[in-house]
Amino acid sequence: MATTAPEHFQGHVDHHGHADHDHKPSFFARWFMSTNHKDIGTMYLIFAIIAGIIGGLFSGMMRVELAEPGIQYLDIFARWFGATNPDFNSTLHVWNVLITAHGLIMVFFMVMPAMIGGFGNWFVPLMIGAPDMAFPRMNNISFWLTVAGFISLLCSAFVPGGTGLGAGTGWTVYAPLSTSGSPGPAVDFGIFALHLSGAGSIMGAINFITTIFNMRAPGMTMHKMPLFVWSMLVTAFLLLLSLPVLAAAITMLLTDRNFGTTFFDPSGGGDPVLYQHLFWFFGHPEVYIMILPGFGIISQIVSTFSKKPVFGYLGMAYAMVAIGVVGFIVWAHHMYATGMSVNTKMYFTAATMVIAVPTGVKIFSWIATMWGGSLEFKSPMVWALGFIFLFTVGGVTGVVLANGGVDDVLHDTYYVVAHFHYVLSLGAVTALFAGFYYWFPKMSGRMHSEFLAHVHFWIFFVGVNMIFFPMHFLGLQGMPRRYPDYAEAYQHWNHVATIGYMVMASSLVIWFINIAYAFLAGRKAEDSYWGEGATTLEWTLTSPPPFHQFETLPVIEEAAHH
Amino acid sequence: MVQAAASEAAPSEAAASLTEGRRSNRRVGLIALSMALLMLGLGYASVPLYRIFCQVTGYGGTTQRADETKAAGVQVTDRTMSIRFDANVERGMPWQFKPLQRTDTVTIGERDMALFWAKNDSDKVITGTASFNVEPEQAARYFNKIQCFCFTEQTLQPGEAVKMPVIYYVDPAILNDPDNKDVEQITLSYTFHVTSVSDAKTLDHSRTGG
Repeated sequence: MATTAPEHFQGHVDHHGHADHDHKPSFFARWFMSTNHKDIGTMYLIFAIIAGIIGGLFSGMMRVELAEPGIQYLDIFARWFGATNPDFNSTLHVWNVLITAHGLIMVFFMVMPAMIGGFGNWFVPLMIGAPDMAFPRMNNISFWLTVAGFISLLCSAFVPGGTGLGAGTGWTVYAPLSTSGSPGPAVDFGIFALHLSGAGSIMGAINFITTIFNMRAPGMTMHKMPLFVWSMLVTAFLLLLSLPVLAAAITMLLTDRNFGTTFFDPSGGGDPVLYQHLFWFFGHPEVYIMILPGFGIISQIVSTFSKKPVFGYLGMAYAMVAIGVVGFIVWAHHMYATGMSVNTKMYFTAATMVIAVPTGVKIFSWIATMWGGSLEFKSPMVWALGFIFLFTVGGVTGVVLANGGVDDVLHDTYYVVAHFHYVLSLGAVTALFAGFYYWFPKMSGRMHSEFLAHVHFWIFFVGVNMIFFPMHFLGLQGMPRRYPDYAEAYQHWNHVATIGYMVMASSLVIWFINIAYAFLAGRKAEDSYWGEGATTLEWTLTSPPPFHQFETLPVIEEAAHH
Repeated sequence: MVQAAASEAAPSEAAASLTEGRRSNRRVGLIALSMALLMLGLGYASVPLYRIFCQVTGYGGTTQRADETKAAGVQVTDRTMSIRFDANVERGMPWQFKPLQRTDTVTIGERDMALFWAKNDSDKVITGTASFNVEPEQAARYFNKIQCFCFTEQTLQPGEAVKMPVIYYVDPAILNDPDNKDVEQITLSYTFHVTSVSDAKTLDHSRTGG
């Protein structure tokens, strides 16, 4: 892998003499053997959109089932997956398959590819003035491993998974449900999907770390890097240190399932709780992996549309580092219900709450950036403000859930579902849309419709709040997660949530219309179409940037601000 | 704020700096890779580490094991503790297994013996191993076993029944632990599992639903 990079690098030197024509390889070579960070980024974004549609359809299937108490649609869904005359158990199994697929797809094949593979690949090299990623061919491998993992996960839906077709373990794949509880190849396919995409992500992380450490343009010191680059650096380290632990855990699952080991089987001296420790040692950094790049995107946008540098740049950068570091020592707050001593609970409660401090630094610094700024409410800024609000709501319920004692009551209720969807489904996805509208003209060369982008935001904002805000009420009233049925008392707010889903889904139609509009009738984008507030290096290039950029490295002057 | 660097560097100089960049990229990439491999190793190392951690701290209800000399040195107190016994078998294991006393009231610090009874209902020779657990979990570090049928494998002939002893005591240090100050009863639970012979534990993939 490392040996391939220089050849590519050499290519730049060769191009040097005739850089005026921006020549691109043939279609197959360009898109299937791509070593260009922008092309790979584009492929990641398209992949994430496709995976997001599939994962979103699964959530729609769940919402329609939950619209009313009782089981109405699961039988039909079971037949879609290929079951003939499913009995009651395999009908209910479809529910487990849906929650598993929705979780895994959204985490590993939507948010991560879009944030890291998509925007990270596109803009980290541009923002630090690098010609490409450090290991361009490894970058290509990362992408195709992710695709292979996704295909493996989709395959799992059509093979037996114990009670019915597909893996019904939840995205956490807890033993013993995932070992002795799920015979059949479906869970093996799911584990394999995690192995593949995990390997891809680790390679991606190595690539980002090397690129950011080694390939910054002259004068681009670490403390001058745009905050999006900082966020990607911290994210890459989190990936590098947490994903191998998941790989170890799921490999143990695989050998427990197929080769007679007893890592998580008490009859052979193992302990299922150990799996939970390993999973959450990965799982908690994972939630920061999903949100930190969003922090970076929001910092760029808020600064651009306030026409001011970010308030407290160093504090913002090191707040992300602090979130990353502390994020590794709070994992057991996902496991308060496994029976922990009071002292252990106290530690994990306190450590978890500490994370609210650097997170608060970020929220207040964004507000301070806007304070006294020359604000302009273009679509990315509106999405960014939506992010700050929604993420703060999710963060506050996170502080509530951090309490070991409170969690005894709220554990595995819809309150938890509401919390993590506010930070991820609403927070991370809103940041993705903010980044999309911020950079789409830069990537495509075409302006989207600002009007449609605003309409998209407002309908989406109303929709997602209709889905998830009532879940706080449901959780506080004791409605448990992970069931397709519920007591009639919970019907009202579930009905509201299902209507909210339809509102949210209709906003996505507007988004697709907007993309189509941009390509069919959109104005040609200028180099720096957001005006003077946009100061990072990608705005010095054309829209879209040349196929090979920065063949002569840009030099960042001493006085340059971030 | 940004200006293009004039490409005044001589070609040989540029090539030299590129070679330098290449080597440096490889070095940083390999350091990052080794960090990932280290974490992978730590993931596996956590298995024995977790076991040691549980044995030392009693985490997750892991009881302590004491030898005769240690047990002889324990101070007997005038306080008592109720011990409740629970016994069950892994699903599908053709054994009967029950305690011969439901509860016992013991003096803290004094050793006591409890008897369990097991019978093999099948027509095959079956070897079993018992896993054990204590509730409440914070009492586990004070629950010491001197002798237990769970320390070894038990083999029962078809139709054979046995009585099996556990000799244990509750460490008087439990009286000084604030986490245990409201504990009046400790439950000791055993589960018998069929000891895996060759690949008996491997999941049966032919048994699938759908």
